[in-house]
Amino acid sequence: MSLPVIYVENLTRRFGDFVAVDHINFEVNEGEVVGYLGPNGSGKTTTIRMLLGLLMPSEGEATVLGYDVVRQSEEVRARVGYMSQKFAIYDDLTTLENLTFYGGVYGITDKKRIIETLELVGLTGHEHTLTRDLSTGWRQRLSLGIALVHKPKLLFLDEPTSGVDPTARRAFWDLIYELAASGVTILVTTHYMDEAEYCERVGVMRDGKLLAMDTPTNLKKSIITGNVWEVFAHPLEQGLDVLQELEGVDRVGLAGDHLRVISSQIQQETMQKLLSKNNIQVERIERGEPTLEDVFLALAR
Amino acid sequence: MTEYLVQASNLRKSFGNTHAVNDVSLQIPAGEIYGLVGSDGAGKTTTMRLLVGALLPDGGEVSVCGYNVLKQTEQARSTIGYLSQRFSMYEDLTVLENIRFFAEVRGLSSTEWLPRSLEILEFVGLEKFKDRRAGQLSGGMKQKLGLASALVTRPRLLLLDEPTTGVDPVTRQDFWQLVIKLVAASPSQSGQGEGGVSVIISTPYMDEASRCHRVGFMKNGQIIAEDTPSNLRKRLNGRVVELRGAPLDVLRQSARADADVEDVQAFGDRLHLRVADGKADTVLKRLKKEIVNAGGHVDELRSVPPGLEDVFIALSDHEYASTF
Repeated sequence: MSLPVIYVENLTRRFGDFVAVDHINFEVNEGEVVGYLGPNGSGKTTTIRMLLGLLMPSEGEATVLGYDVVRQSEEVRARVGYMSQKFAIYDDLTTLENLTFYGGVYGITDKKRIIETLELVGLTGHEHTLTRDLSTGWRQRLSLGIALVHKPKLLFLDEPTSGVDPTARRAFWDLIYELAASGVTILVTTHYMDEAEYCERVGVMRDGKLLAMDTPTNLKKSIITGNVWEVFAHPLEQGLDVLQELEGVDRVGLAGDHLRVISSQIQQETMQKLLSKNNIQVERIERGEPTLEDVFLALAR
Repeated sequence: MTEYLVQASNLRKSFGNTHAVNDVSLQIPAGEIYGLVGSDGAGKTTTMRLLVGALLPDGGEVSVCGYNVLKQTEQARSTIGYLSQRFSMYEDLTVLENIRFFAEVRGLSSTEWLPRSLEILEFVGLEKFKDRRAGQLSGGMKQKLGLASALVTRPRLLLLDEPTTGVDPVTRQDFWQLVIKLVAASPSQSGQGEGGVSVIISTPYMDEASRCHRVGFMKNGQIIAEDTPSNLRKRLNGRVVELRGAPLDVLRQSARADADVEDVQAFGDRLHLRVADGKADTVLKRLKKEIVNAGGHVDELRSVPPGLEDVFIALSDHEYASTF
């Protein structure tokens, strides 16, 4: 059994009285694609900064690719890639020029490796396009290429596919899965459920604590123990008020043209009767599927 | 009689050689939340800017609340609230001062703006923070202040351009509850027909699209499909199959080899298969055997309700290779 690529034990970081990361524990194995979710200020970035050896832990320990993040942080950084939405690509340079420039930053001067990387992210044929003329999806591929040029064994992705449609997102993820299959380990931080659904395991952070980490399927099964109902009724707002008061409802919210109700006890007829009694017209009530967003909201409240 | 707050026909706008909006028509009834869904560069923002009269179309007609946006621009604008992607606020003014500024710019008198501002601040849940400087608000609160500023003139049509970009799921959920309440509480939804509020919201995210009454999928400046989320999903009813098991390679290869599987999509710990119409049962039976024969095992293989993501991908499948 090989060592985990990321090993985190009781990792903690305080800023004064504020505990940004609070005794978290997790492991990520080679070739895994793991998502890291949490609201702003929940400790996601602080965790990543400690894993990159940019910030000292107050307590606990972590190893990345077998290197201690405190004592061997340079070894760590030489072997990881980082792709962020806020990353600067030079708009008035071509794809090839950008990649060559950033390759140089990592000490990669081998032209062959640059060409190979362009090929890997599917940018062959676009070498001489100015990056300002690239669509968002292509720019994201270039950012990925820049993060990959030094052949990292571990890749951190920060909202890698924000702002693209499902076809472009899918093409990007197919690339990520190929990398994972070749042994690269991937940790994705994101706010977006559309992205989290692509991860093999997902961790949820809140207030510095890692509340859960499991496969999307297991999270949905273990956190959302109730049934999901989609209630189409008029008027919607009054329907919300009525169901909010109903005992045994775990959560109810407005979802566009219907109400989304999560409850393990309430039956369809109970809702139907109660709404009708309150002069709310019920069009239909259907069973829904739990989503990662339901999981997130259940954990985060 | 349905009252349409937006009637746009054959809108076109090009920037150089780019057809940013290429023959877009929209009809938005009062009381509707309409989602313009697509990637960056699909034409969502340009469409919105044509609707508010911030850009002149190269062709086509647009009216908002019965006013021709090109000829009666001021009247049309007075009915619109617009929250742009990069809306600005004065960070060293308080919440209330910011709203006052927006209200006065839009011509609200001194007797009108205060009660209205307080009402809106209560609606968005910022009343306790009215004296706080905008620069000291959290991301979620800033966004609510943006919404409040857009609402202070009591617009009939609210345009929200990617309002939840970079916002976490909890804050996003709160924001959506406000938008849905705003529309649900307006008269047309309570059966009076007149005076309802409509919202057009743009987003690249399918989880947001699914909260709209109706969505238009945008691609390359065109609306490639338009319907309610449930009708869009119906197009693939019974055709999406979820497969979990191991090893993933075997699952994928077996699924791809099946003649009735049109598409295989990896989703983290599972695969989504799109199967030919009416073939789900056949595939469910056959595929399990195939996978076992190939040395894999199946934890779960079942029909699942299609998601909007499945639909979007199916719609653009023929151009899949060239779209990225």
